[in-house]
Amino acid sequence: MSDRRAPGRQLHLGVLLSGAGHHPAAWRHPSVRAQGLFEAEGLVAQVQTAERGTLDLVITDDRFSRGDERRGRVQGRLDALLALARVAPVTTAVGLVPTVDVTHTEPFHVSKNVATLDLVSSGRAGWRASLSRTEAEARLFGRKPVATLAELTDEADEVVDVVGRLWDSWEDDAVIRDQPTGRYLDRDKVHYVDFEGRFFNVRGPLITPRPPQGQPLVVIDAVSPPTVQLAGRRADIALIAAADVDSAGQLSEELRALAAAAGRPADALTVLAVADVVFGPDSAKAAAERRVLDSLVMPDPADDRLAGSLDYVGSPIGFAGLAADWFRAEAVDGFVLRPALLPRGLDQIVDGVVPSLRASGVFRSAYTERALRHRFGLEHPPNRYAAAAGTGAGAAEAAEAAR
Amino acid sequence: MSERPRKQIHLAAHFPGVNSTTVWSDPESGSQTDFASFVHLARAAERGKFDFFFLAEGLRLREHRGRIFDLDVVGRPDSLTVLAALAAVTDRIGLAATLNTTFNEPYELARQLASLDHLSAGRAAWNAVTSPDAFTGANFRRGGFLPPGERYRRAEEMILVVRQLWDSWADDAVVADRHSGEFVRDGGVVPFAHWGDQFSVSGTFDVPRSPQGQPVQIQAGDSDEGRELAAAYADVIFSRHAGWGSGRRFYSDVKGRLARYGRKPDELKIIPAATVVLGTSAADAEERARHIHRQQVSPQGAIAFLEQVWGRDLSSYDPDGPLPDIDPDVDGTLSITRGRVRHEKDPLAVAASWRELASEKGLSIRELVIEATARTAFVGTASEVATLIDDHVQADAADGYILVPHLTPHGLDDFVDQVVPLLQERGVYRPDYSGPTLRDHLDLPRPASGA
Repeated sequence: MSDRRAPGRQLHLGVLLSGAGHHPAAWRHPSVRAQGLFEAEGLVAQVQTAERGTLDLVITDDRFSRGDERRGRVQGRLDALLALARVAPVTTAVGLVPTVDVTHTEPFHVSKNVATLDLVSSGRAGWRASLSRTEAEARLFGRKPVATLAELTDEADEVVDVVGRLWDSWEDDAVIRDQPTGRYLDRDKVHYVDFEGRFFNVRGPLITPRPPQGQPLVVIDAVSPPTVQLAGRRADIALIAAADVDSAGQLSEELRALAAAAGRPADALTVLAVADVVFGPDSAKAAAERRVLDSLVMPDPADDRLAGSLDYVGSPIGFAGLAADWFRAEAVDGFVLRPALLPRGLDQIVDGVVPSLRASGVFRSAYTERALRHRFGLEHPPNRYAAAAGTGAGAAEAAEAAR
Repeated sequence: MSERPRKQIHLAAHFPGVNSTTVWSDPESGSQTDFASFVHLARAAERGKFDFFFLAEGLRLREHRGRIFDLDVVGRPDSLTVLAALAAVTDRIGLAATLNTTFNEPYELARQLASLDHLSAGRAAWNAVTSPDAFTGANFRRGGFLPPGERYRRAEEMILVVRQLWDSWADDAVVADRHSGEFVRDGGVVPFAHWGDQFSVSGTFDVPRSPQGQPVQIQAGDSDEGRELAAAYADVIFSRHAGWGSGRRFYSDVKGRLARYGRKPDELKIIPAATVVLGTSAADAEERARHIHRQQVSPQGAIAFLEQVWGRDLSSYDPDGPLPDIDPDVDGTLSITRGRVRHEKDPLAVAASWRELASEKGLSIRELVIEATARTAFVGTASEVATLIDDHVQADAADGYILVPHLTPHGLDDFVDQVVPLLQERGVYRPDYSGPTLRDHLDLPRPASGA
C-alpha cells in the first residue's frame, strides 16, 4: 500500500479523453481530423500514446446527450466502454476507465460490462460512475422522471454497492471442471447477492465470472456536497475540481476524513485533481493558442461537470513543476488532464510533462505492474461472500474489504 | 432453360458459452471465458472466410431443482464488450450478439450497436430475442414486468424504435466544416419521438449513422409469431432445422412469408445451427461422433436431463439402469428448470416415446438421453461434409449454417483447414471477402436513412 508520506511516493497521472479535445472548438483546429472522431483508429492511437508515456490510466467521457446543439460544437459520440474494449487488445498496461451512467443503466449491465472490460484487458479496468441530471436525458429512456441531485447520489450509492457485490458473486476458483462428479462449477462458490435497496433489487449471481482484478476501480467525481460524500464512501479514485493548491488540499482532507469515517483503510482513496491544459513552448504562445480556440467557440462552464478545475495555459515543463508542487504539498495524489486539443495535447503531455516529472523523481519511467489496482496501491481483494461462507479467505479480511 | 447459378454458401461460427454441446471435460477443451479463447475461434472463423462470429446471451444463471445448474458450462462475459475487443484483432468477419428486447432499452441498444458498427468498420449484427420471465427479471429493476403474451409486441416495437434512432442521422449529416464551424449540416439530424405501448421516448440520438446504415438484424424464432417477425424485419434467421426435410420445410415456409412485406427471397438468409464431426473415413467419423455424444451426456447430465422431462427428483436412479417406471409430474416439468429456453412437448408423451425407444433398443437412461438428444448434423470425411453442406444449400434446406464446435476454442480449426477449401474449389464459397462490411458478406443491401 502506498503511504502518502513515504519516500518514493509516486504521482498518478491520467488523461480524460473527449472527442477532439476538451475545448469545444478543438475539432476546428487544423491538427484534428473530425471524421476520425467516430472511428476506432484515432482513439487507439491516443491510448497507445498515453501508454508510451506510462500514464496510469485513460478515462473516456460519455453522456447520453447529442453534444451541444449550438453551432460550432461537436455532435455525436461512441459508447465509452465499448470504445475502450476496442482499444484493450492493442494496449498492454495503461488503465482503461470508461464513464458509465448509473441513473438509466441497469446495475446488472454495468457490473457485467465492466467485469468484461477487465477480462479483455487482463485486469486494467475501472469505471467512472456518472449521474444523468437532465430532463432531456430522462426522456430518452422514458422510464422515470429526472431526480434531485440528492436522490441521484443515493441511487448511485446503491448502484456502486451492488456492482461490487455482483463482482464478488463468483469466487475466483468457482470453475472446477470436475469430471468424476460431472460438475463444471462448484456452486457453493457462486453466491446470490440478494440486494434489496431503495431504488431496486438484484438477486444475482452475475452471469460473468469474477473479474481478474476482483474489484475493478471505481472513479467518482467529487464535485458537489452529495458527490463528495459518495466519493468518500465508495470511490477508489476521487476526481476533484480545484483551481489552486490550497483548495485542492482542503478537498483532499475532507475526502480522506469521510473515507476514515466510513471505516475504510488509510490510503484506500486516491485523490486526483482534474486540470484543463493548453500547452505551448511558452506561456505567451500557449495563451495565443487558447485565444484562437476561444475566438471560434467560447467554452461554457455551465456545460462542464468539472467546472472550477485548474486551468493551465503554458509550457509542459511549467505544468510539471506545478504538479510536482501540489503533489509534494500532499494536496493531491496526482492529476487527470483534459487536453484542449487531441491528439496534440496528449503528445505534449507524453513528450513534455512526463519527462520533466520523471526528472523530478515523482513519476515512473516504466510500468512495474499491470493490474490497475496494484498501480493505486490496492491489493487483490478477498471475496466477501467467500469469507462469509467459510469457503475462502478469513472473515477479518472480508470485513475490512466490505463497506 | 439454363440452370440456376449455384447458390453461395454462408457460414458463421458460434462460440457456445452456456450450453450442453460443449464438452468441457475433454482435455483439449480450453477456457470458456478467457479472452484468448474468443480470439482463437474468431480468427479461425475469419481464416475460413466465415460471414460472422456469434455470441449468445443469458442474463441469469440457469437453475435446476432450485439450485444453480452446475453440469454444463456456466458463466459468460458480456457479448458486446467481447465483440468490441474482437474488432481489434479481426479485420472482416462480422460480429453478432444476442441482446434481448425485454431487459434492455431502445436508446442504449441503439447506441451500443451503432458504436460497435463504427468501431468495427461495419461488422455489427444483432440477434433480437425475447425474454419474458420473472426469473431473469430478478436481476433487473422492474423484475418480471412483461406479460409473456406481450413479448413479441415489445420486440417488434423495440426494433422499430432502434431503427428509427439509427436512421435519424443522415449518412452525410457530419460535414465538420472547420471554416464555417458547421459540424452537422442543417436537417442532418432529426429528433425522434415515439409514444407506444412499450416505450415512450423522445429526444435526439447521439451516434452518427454507422458504416452499415443499420447493423444486420438476426432473429431466431421458431414459432409462427417468431417466423412472421423474422419475415418482417430480419436479415438472417437462425433455426434448429439442420436436417434435410425439416430444413426444406422451414425454408419454404419462411421465404414464403416475405412477399407480403415487399421483400425478395434473397433478402432473408436462413442459417440453421449445425455441428460437424470430421473423420478420416465415414466409419471413423461415425465413431468419433459416438464418442463425442457420450462425452456430451455425462451420467449426471443424463439424470438432470431426464428430470427436466419427469419434473421430479430422479437422483436415486442409476444412469446405467432403466428408465423410471413412474410417470412425469407435469406441473413439476414447468418449474424444475429455470432460465433455459426449452422446447418440450407434452412430458407424458415424451416419456412414453422414450420408454418405447429404450425398450426397443435396450437402452439405459444415459444411452437413451444420448440417443434422443445428442445430434451431429454433418458427420463424415471432409469431402463428404462438403458435399452434404453444398447439397443442402443448393436444395434450399438452408442458405448456410452456423457451426457450433463441441470443443472450444479449437473446435473449428479442422473444418476451416479441410472443408472450406473444398467448398471454395466447388465455386460455392468465397475465396476471400469481397467487401469490408457484414452486409457485403451476406449480400444484403444497405438501408437508406430517413433523414
